[in-house]
Amino acid sequence: MSKFLEMGGYAVYVWPAFAVAAIVMVGLLVTSLRTLRAREAVLKRLEAAEQPADDNA
Amino acid sequence: MTASRLGRPTMSQRRSGSSLHRFANPSRFLRLGRRLAPWFAVLATAFIGAGLYVGLFVAPPDYQQGESVRIMYVHVPAAWMALFVYTCIAASSVVSLVWRHPLADLIAKASAPVGAGFTAIALVSGSLWGQPMWGTWWVWDARLTSVLILFFLYLGHIALMNAFDDPTRGARAAAILAVVGFINIPIIKFSVDWWHTLHQPASVFRLGGPTIDISMLVPLFLMALGFTFYYLLLLMLRVRSEIVARKIRTAQLLQSAP
Repeated sequence: MSKFLEMGGYAVYVWPAFAVAAIVMVGLLVTSLRTLRAREAVLKRLEAAEQPADDNA
Repeated sequence: MTASRLGRPTMSQRRSGSSLHRFANPSRFLRLGRRLAPWFAVLATAFIGAGLYVGLFVAPPDYQQGESVRIMYVHVPAAWMALFVYTCIAASSVVSLVWRHPLADLIAKASAPVGAGFTAIALVSGSLWGQPMWGTWWVWDARLTSVLILFFLYLGHIALMNAFDDPTRGARAAAILAVVGFINIPIIKFSVDWWHTLHQPASVFRLGGPTIDISMLVPLFLMALGFTFYYLLLLMLRVRSEIVARKIRTAQLLQSAP
């Protein structure tokens, strides 16, 4: 296990490379999802506010 | 019957016919995206998971580079995606400029940050690979320089897209930048052939076939596939997000109208 983590002595280069990739890709995904959810919530509120009369339709 | 589900026109959109027309195709895209996104998520996870497993545990170390070669399994797929996403943006930009299709602008806007992210991963992982192998974090080598330019093109695209109050103007400016900047893509690809500087020549996509052993090609392509599905997933999410943002803008404009 520790041999694996040491990456033949290159650990200080290999693991940060994978970490940067993970952070950027997960970060983008999380940000995109959060923005989407927030916007959908705003849209829902806006559409509910403009159609109170529809309840009688 | 109160709130409309995404894609179905609201009362306000029916009143203003232009919104209905403008979002007709994007709504179809929304429905498609809703169904495809979960599949893209599963496929991205599966292929990246498989690629990581094979790349880290199964593939052999390199006879010259030792275990540091494993950086290749994020560096190369990220670089491929940086080029692929820019090509998608350039294609969307042509569609936007020539046919004015509204979805094309949204695809370009949604893609740029993802492309910039992949470019950053390629640059940083490349530096981390270059230091032990070349003895330097950076050189003004043909490929490194042109990929850095690609990164700036992405940032410029994002900046232009968001620079104007009118989103259409921003989209148009960004589209022109994307098309003009496309010349950089073949430069990046062929830079290692045209200029014999530090970055190694092509070892996968070259006449005469790959020079990399199959044991390394497999994880490489697994990661590349995984990264592609990841991009498609983010595209679905981010385009949908843009469509919702436009609907919000429309609803707000209509509500503030006397």
